[in-house]
Amino acid sequence: MSHGPSAAGGALVRAPEHAHAHEPYEPVFVGAMKQQLDETVAKYPAKMAALLPALWMVQESRGWVSDEAMAEVAEQLELTPAYVKGVVTFYTMYHQHPVGRHFIQVCTTTPCNVCGAEDVVKAFLEETGCGELGVTSSDGKFTVIEVECLGACGFATPVQINLDVHESVTPERVPRILAALP
Amino acid sequence: MGYPHPSHPRETPVLSKYFGDAEARTLAGWRARGGYEALEKALGMDPVDVQNVVKDSGLRGRGGAGFPTGLKWSFMKPDGKQHYILCNADESEPGTFKDREIMRWTPHGLVEGVALAAHAIYADTAYIYIRGEFTEPYERVTAAVREATAAGILGDNAMGTGRKLVVHVHKGAGAYICGEETALMNSLEGKRGNPRIKPPFPAVAGLWAKPTTINNVETLTAAPYIVKNGADWYKAFGRPDNPKSTGTKLFSVCGNIARPGNYEVAMGFPFKDFLWELCGGPLPGRAIKACIPGGSSVPILTAEECETAIMDYEGFVAAGTMLGSGGVIVFDDQQCMVRQIARLARFYAHESCAQCSQCREGTAWTTKILERIRDGEGVAQDLDTLLAIADGMTGKTICVLSDSCATPVVSGLKKFRHEFEAKIRPDRARVTMQGIPVLPPLGVTALKPVAA
Ligand SMILES: Cc1cc2nc3c(=O)[nH]c(=O)nc-3n(C[C@H](O)[C@H](O)[C@H](O)COP(=O)(O)O)c2cc1C
Ligand code: SF4
Ligand code: FES
Repeated sequence: MSHGPSAAGGALVRAPEHAHAHEPYEPVFVGAMKQQLDETVAKYPAKMAALLPALWMVQESRGWVSDEAMAEVAEQLELTPAYVKGVVTFYTMYHQHPVGRHFIQVCTTTPCNVCGAEDVVKAFLEETGCGELGVTSSDGKFTVIEVECLGACGFATPVQINLDVHESVTPERVPRILAALP
Repeated sequence: MGYPHPSHPRETPVLSKYFGDAEARTLAGWRARGGYEALEKALGMDPVDVQNVVKDSGLRGRGGAGFPTGLKWSFMKPDGKQHYILCNADESEPGTFKDREIMRWTPHGLVEGVALAAHAIYADTAYIYIRGEFTEPYERVTAAVREATAAGILGDNAMGTGRKLVVHVHKGAGAYICGEETALMNSLEGKRGNPRIKPPFPAVAGLWAKPTTINNVETLTAAPYIVKNGADWYKAFGRPDNPKSTGTKLFSVCGNIARPGNYEVAMGFPFKDFLWELCGGPLPGRAIKACIPGGSSVPILTAEECETAIMDYEGFVAAGTMLGSGGVIVFDDQQCMVRQIARLARFYAHESCAQCSQCREGTAWTTKILERIRDGEGVAQDLDTLLAIADGMTGKTICVLSDSCATPVVSGLKKFRHEFEAKIRPDRARVTMQGIPVLPPLGVTALKPVAA
């Protein structure tokens, strides 16, 4: 989980300097999205089970999960906003702040670590201009974080950029990978 | 075939036979390879008979605990209640990446296994919970379910038998702990992924408090082969003198090894041949120092211990470790064990769901202490403190994540103590803010006095 009280902590995404701009909130679940949510709800005997999928839909359309979006999801699934927030904060993949257009997660857990994963992290921090873990680059393009085992340990070092996994990444390959991103 | 390299002649490819064969991914391709024949056969059998074949085959859970699969299925009775089958595809144990390849290359093999298990446990609904990071596996399995449903293999009249078999695919959102079966159920229900206290066991009150069977991807994918070829065929793989471990097992190999990847061998394979012959041994000019053979949660073996270990449930226990999930992590002589064990502890600290104090505090403090030893700031007393914390973390919590963090620390300290001691500052002892030496942790009596 991302926000446990563990004294060891973990790499977290930092809130951007200027707090989220306050534009009027546009609901996510209208039209086709609402229909997709209804179809998802029908897969389970209880509405609450559609919570993780609903949060995924929010993140896919908005890039992150805002408090307003949590309130909307809560209303759709007949939950309270506090309950939804409790769930969002448990899972590491939901962004509670806007992140770079390319969200880069480098696995540094032991199996990848022994293959030099920390050098791959360094290369990404340098090449993206992020400098520090969890900080979004000034052009808004990149955020780099360390992640725990991606389940691709035989392809060290795996790097997940948004939804795609790049296998066997070495520091030398980093510039080419970045250049190929849209 | 094989992926990422062709199967070694000494492998026994059953589940991995079509890894790397893109045609096997489609329904037509899967059928051409004999797919869904086992499901058809099973649907013509009484569920109890399916349970019995699997029981007789000796198949044990491949998710880590090794619980006999047929026995687990036999807990499910025709009681008229709603039953569920839940496939655990949360694969997040460091060192393990076998379910990923099963789902990427033979998604229909998994779907067939899930449907077959649903029939065997009197369930009409199945969920496959796939970890959130597995984008491609999720897409492949979703496509397979869609194809199988459109072809009438799944649905309200599965294969024309009148039996209802519906399969849903569910995507996780990043949390190792959701692989623990009761956390998996909570997560699917839309809750925080906190493990539940057992009992009640899932077979009594699982998903939405209904009887539920939870199985790993590899376990479920193996079941159709057993139903098709018979229990005796499956039992023939393995050591003749050890009927407790049967069949083939996928091992994922990673870390400092010449040819990382997935390898499928018959139970009872010699670990030495496996590491040096199949996986190519260490990288050029290096030597293997240690190995964790069953995913990060099992005890570490030294290189010498690896040379005599036998690869099955009992063989690895005899070697002082466990088969676990079959994730083999290799460390060579370039690695500092303190650094790597500290990194493992950090993994568990990050992944603790934090509802048990022993685990929440234990994983965090273990990490802090190991990292200060790693950084040259440790004192002699820290090693005893680590063992005392490990003792407090073992066998006392809701799930075994806590124990899993203690395991590499205890076995690492036992087998590589010299590496820890080499990093300790002999000139210092831990003192309080008032300069008083810190008392030994509770329960530790054999502490040598340390100079202030
Ligand atoms: C912390 C923790 C994590 C686990 N992660 C997984 C996992 O990712 N995949 C899995 O199949 N089993 C995992 N397990 C084991 C499951 O709890 C369960 O035993 C297994 O899914 C049962 O299936 P099987 O009998 O087919 O092995 C985990 C257990 C624990 C305690
Ligand atoms: S042992 Fe750790 S992970 Fe397991 S339930 Fe307790 S706090 Fe959560
Ligand atoms: S440890 Fe890096 S992917 Fe598993």
